[in-house]
Amino acid sequence: MASIIELDKLSKHYASIAAVDDVSFSVEDGEFVTLLGPSGCGKSTLLRMIGGFEEPSGGVIRLAGQDVTWTPPYRRDVNMVFQDYALFPHMTIGENIAYGLKLMKLGRTETAQRVTDALELVGLHDKIDQRPHQLSGGQRQRIALARAIVRQPKVLLLDEPLSALDAKLREQMQLELKHLHEKVGITFIMVTHDQTEALVMSDRVVVMEKGRVAQEGSPHLLYDHPRTPYVANFIGTTNFLDGQIARAAEGTARISVAGVELEAVTDSPRRAGEAITLGFRPEKVRLLSEGESGENEIPGEIAEVVYYGLGLRLAVAVAGGGRVYVDSLLPDRLADTAVPAVGQPVRMALSPGNIFLFDAEVA
Amino acid sequence: MTLLRERLGGAAVLGIPLIWIAVFMLLPYAIIATYSFWIKQYPTFVPAFQFGNYLNLFTDPQYSKVLIRTLKVSLLVSFFAFLLGYPFAYFLAFRCRSQALRTWLYMAVIAPLWVSYLLRAYVWKTILGTEGILNSFLMSVGILSEPSDIFLYNQFAMVVTLTYIFIPFMVMPVYTSLEKIPRNLVEASADLGMRPIPTFLRITLPLSMPGVAAGFTMTFCLTFGDFVAPFLVGGPDGNLVASVIVTQFGTALNWPMGSALAIFVLVIVLAVLSLSDRVERAFSPKEA
Repeated sequence: MASIIELDKLSKHYASIAAVDDVSFSVEDGEFVTLLGPSGCGKSTLLRMIGGFEEPSGGVIRLAGQDVTWTPPYRRDVNMVFQDYALFPHMTIGENIAYGLKLMKLGRTETAQRVTDALELVGLHDKIDQRPHQLSGGQRQRIALARAIVRQPKVLLLDEPLSALDAKLREQMQLELKHLHEKVGITFIMVTHDQTEALVMSDRVVVMEKGRVAQEGSPHLLYDHPRTPYVANFIGTTNFLDGQIARAAEGTARISVAGVELEAVTDSPRRAGEAITLGFRPEKVRLLSEGESGENEIPGEIAEVVYYGLGLRLAVAVAGGGRVYVDSLLPDRLADTAVPAVGQPVRMALSPGNIFLFDAEVA
Repeated sequence: MTLLRERLGGAAVLGIPLIWIAVFMLLPYAIIATYSFWIKQYPTFVPAFQFGNYLNLFTDPQYSKVLIRTLKVSLLVSFFAFLLGYPFAYFLAFRCRSQALRTWLYMAVIAPLWVSYLLRAYVWKTILGTEGILNSFLMSVGILSEPSDIFLYNQFAMVVTLTYIFIPFMVMPVYTSLEKIPRNLVEASADLGMRPIPTFLRITLPLSMPGVAAGFTMTFCLTFGDFVAPFLVGGPDGNLVASVIVTQFGTALNWPMGSALAIFVLVIVLAVLSLSDRVERAFSPKEA
């Protein structure tokens, strides 16, 4: 597959602040790519530059091989779904969707057909004569999608498309958007600050930090192999503990942390004595029952128990002042009896492959 | 008892302004309306119920001409205020990046409202007069060899003066309505392939129509009732209906005719108001 979008050393400076700083990546044709990051990380600015609404301070944007860095939005074959939808309030739904077809010289029947098709695609063909203010938030969202898709652009840009919807609807729209993407086959580039959204919907996630790309890859890769504590922390929850390499060998290292020594897998060579930050996911930690033993045992004491329906999250205080979160699903209702009490001493086990090692100075 | 007292309190709160409106607004209107049907019999007026005064408005050229002229001047003033005010308001709302500059420019338009009306009208006398700035400028660049009196005391002078005086009433509502248009609607239009000028005509202009209608109404109605500008810069053929009304109640001593004129002006103003209200409603994006 060919790259439909190529960003080459793209930057955007506001006065002395770099909103987007030397970003390069490419998007394959038909891919669903998400730009993920907290507010102010430059993800929206990046999307707006691809859409043509911001002029880059440096770098090149190529769309299907052509340099479009300085092409105005009305001549770019990309369409945007705006955060608050930006439907024209003085036009009907039908007029809103037909708006982008006006200049395509399609003829009356073709235009009408395309509008109907687009509305049917989002399941709202009965709203064609209504006005935006008569629709609910979720419906407006779909109309905004239909309006952008009806032009059959090369790339569809989505600027936090679900952020204005309530939680339930958002969850439903995540899957709907994903299905829509599969159906129309257009490349989607979405901006979001919601990691769940990014993980659920995208083929590839680009995590941004302070205007730069922190890491990119499949949701799976980012979750299981975060390159920095920032990424580990932004995608999912991660426990961080500071330690020191006790012994290093080819591919593995022993780390002294929280009063014990743990075995971990490492990609990069480590030196003994090196300070290190290690991270691990709360759901990868296993609580050991009495008499049971496991790999990498860490003793601690339960400091807090949080019940969230699906399971429990325990905060366990470990030696050295750290706190480790442990997630465990509740096995049926028997759990009532098994709920650990605050103050109870516990032992945890953690497999070496589930430990991330980060250079201490990065943390 | 307490209930009664509470009701009295409520009645007083509502009642005083109501009585005020009744005594100082509705009653005078009623008196004027009554007078408009009376007959003038020099040196006094006799009560009657006839439409002769109203008929005069249309048949007597001295009145119909003034009415048509007033209509023309009002439309011209509104039109020029729109022509000058809209681009200015557009610049302020969409193009002016600096908040400080925007505030200053906006104040520059609004500030003259705090200066005496008479003074603002008088200013144009000194600009347009034979000894005025315009004449000295044209002479200094050699276009005129001697001062010309064609600038002052005519309809041109009146339209210029009134446009200047009432332009804030166009800029304010237009700016407000432009300011309310979400920027991303303009971006969405560009995104959907529309160039800037068609975008303006299809999105920005229609969405600012409520402001334009409000501005048009205010400049039109204010001009329609103005009698100072015609007096200061209007000259012999610059009489507007309001100054005729003043004359009817003064030197001409024809209160019935003046009343009929006044009622007619009131009807026109109310008609314009309801029309603009309809335009505003037609273009207003209703919120859910």
